[in-house]
Amino acid sequence: MSARDDILSRIRTALGDDRAPVPEIARDYRTTDDRPDAELLAVLTDRLEDYKATVVRCTPADVAATVAGALGAALGDHRPEDVVVAPGLPADWQPAGAVEDDGRPPVALADYAATVTGVAVAIAETGTLVLDGSPLSGRRALSLLPDCLVCVVEAAQVVGGVPEGLARLDRTAPLTMISGPSATSDIELSRVEGVHGPRTLVVVLVG
Amino acid sequence: MTAVFLGLPTAPRGVGHLRGDRSFPDAARDALRDGQLRANLGHATATIRGKRAAVVGEVPDWEQLRQAGRAIKAATMARLDEHLVALEERVTARGGTVHWARDANEANEIVTRLVQATGTDEVVKVKSMATQEIGLNEALEAAGIAAHETDLAELIVQLGDDKPSHILVPAIHKNRAEIREIFLRTMPGVDPGLTDEPRKLAMAARAHLRERFLRARVAISGANFAVAETGTLSVVESEGNGRMCLTLPQTLITVMGIEKLVPTWRDLEVFLQLLPRSSTGERMNPYTSLWTGVTPDDGPQEFHLVLVDNGRTAVLADEVGREALHCIRCSACLNVCPVYERAGGHAYGSVYPGPIGAVLSPQLTGVEDNASLPYASSLCGACYDACPVAIDIPSILVHLRAEHVEAQTRTTPEAAAFRALSAAMSNPRLWRLAQRAAGLGRFLARGKPTLPAALPPPASKWTRTRDLPAPPRETFTQAWAREHGS
Repeated sequence: MSARDDILSRIRTALGDDRAPVPEIARDYRTTDDRPDAELLAVLTDRLEDYKATVVRCTPADVAATVAGALGAALGDHRPEDVVVAPGLPADWQPAGAVEDDGRPPVALADYAATVTGVAVAIAETGTLVLDGSPLSGRRALSLLPDCLVCVVEAAQVVGGVPEGLARLDRTAPLTMISGPSATSDIELSRVEGVHGPRTLVVVLVG
Repeated sequence: MTAVFLGLPTAPRGVGHLRGDRSFPDAARDALRDGQLRANLGHATATIRGKRAAVVGEVPDWEQLRQAGRAIKAATMARLDEHLVALEERVTARGGTVHWARDANEANEIVTRLVQATGTDEVVKVKSMATQEIGLNEALEAAGIAAHETDLAELIVQLGDDKPSHILVPAIHKNRAEIREIFLRTMPGVDPGLTDEPRKLAMAARAHLRERFLRARVAISGANFAVAETGTLSVVESEGNGRMCLTLPQTLITVMGIEKLVPTWRDLEVFLQLLPRSSTGERMNPYTSLWTGVTPDDGPQEFHLVLVDNGRTAVLADEVGREALHCIRCSACLNVCPVYERAGGHAYGSVYPGPIGAVLSPQLTGVEDNASLPYASSLCGACYDACPVAIDIPSILVHLRAEHVEAQTRTTPEAAAFRALSAAMSNPRLWRLAQRAAGLGRFLARGKPTLPAALPPPASKWTRTRDLPAPPRETFTQAWAREHGS
């Protein structure tokens, strides 16, 4: 018997011939959040700042300038071509002179100082940005290797809780949920920011 | 009905890390003498208890989420075979390959073969309880393959040639000064001026591993959840080492216990709320990766999923004990356990320490191979209260104690003592005589509130680990008779 058939047969033995009915799952936890947008944006900002991310608010007309300003503040003096952006990032969000990710070997992305991407959805209550591998979010390595990550979030992308966030996603896409800069609690269970992922996270909140 | 009766095999001996060399009381006695260890554990568990309480307290529907989590896991176990077949089908349809392993040996062989097929002799690893359980690193080493742990705490344990002592933070028993010393001693090219500031230590780990991530061709991970309905796997982490391993190498091998799946995508909305708040005490952990098979031009182009039984079906056969398979490895029960906080994780002898380990390890190995663990608890119930999927750990502990007692073929001194007690308590005259005899114990106590621990055997087996109160001057019935007349 193959290991597969053996294990499946063991499970059937363990559960017995007259199986108990599958228990009902009561989903009486919160699945919607009807707080007004302004409040959700305030909660998202509060959570992100709690994780030591930087949040900058701007109007739709000011995205590029705000992104450029955020990069200047995070990187100090830098060359425009040290910044790589997701291939689907709208032209009017892009900082001047930035390089578009063109599918070079992923490890080559480690040479850049910063990345700019959009997101698929943002979850206010947990301070979470979700990137889905689309042209707007970029492939996974793009938001991982450069040490500074700038994510542009539109107000309409912000939901209240985790259930609403997951419901909006493409389930088979390569998804990355990001809640603050990389961190560890492995030394005496105290949180310190900055390990292998980007040590700086800047969120540009539009609207 | 027991698993033994059904003939379901437990985790094999001689491989993996589910059994200790010593019984819990023997190992715990040494740990209790280590003042530094107790200080480190006390500090770390107090920190995490405070953080967890704060973030759980701000969720108004926590109890509803907890009960939903429990129900989802019970529903998963009730149709485990169907969900596994669905998972296999979806992963395969998305370009992954699914392997099945009856036990640790078979899983280690599969992974070793897969790594060898790529032609590499080193792999990077994401922290994974399943690969610790099966002793994968040792098996790879025996085949000439170096496995580099990349989680900070796992790295500390690996560099220090130590053993993990906590599910979430395997190096919880080490403080910052000890970690600094390990790094200075073992990291090639480390800055000799390294301080014990946690941020500096984290930076040293970043520098140490960066180049390994960039050159790695094969990564090995565990999985926090697999979704049967979609074939999606997930890893929940903080540092970004998980993302490095799941994104950069060409080949990804994920090793997962057969119980770690949920039926539907929607179920993740429950567990992605329960897990981070219960484990690191955060509203959400910094990074959660979710992937379904292979995505062209994004991440590993070869994906293998190894599904491991290693005693889990034997646990499933026990209608009381199977609830231990609901565990999502958050470690909240360790952090609230008064026994764990004092004895530490090594005393349990298994990669699964603390309350959940005390119910999981003996079931995976068969209770005779971990017979002292079901007794490594005061049954205070703090673990049950903290568990995000409401596993009734105290009841399983009692159930396993009963199983252990029933398996004894010879009468133990404890059983003989309780049999005598039962006879005495069934007969009023005998009971009064016994009480009068017990009064003699007051001489042994010599005015102290408890009897000395150094009683002769077999009584010493009881008093070695417990305080036996000195008998009172008079019993309740004697006092009643004196005050009210008989």
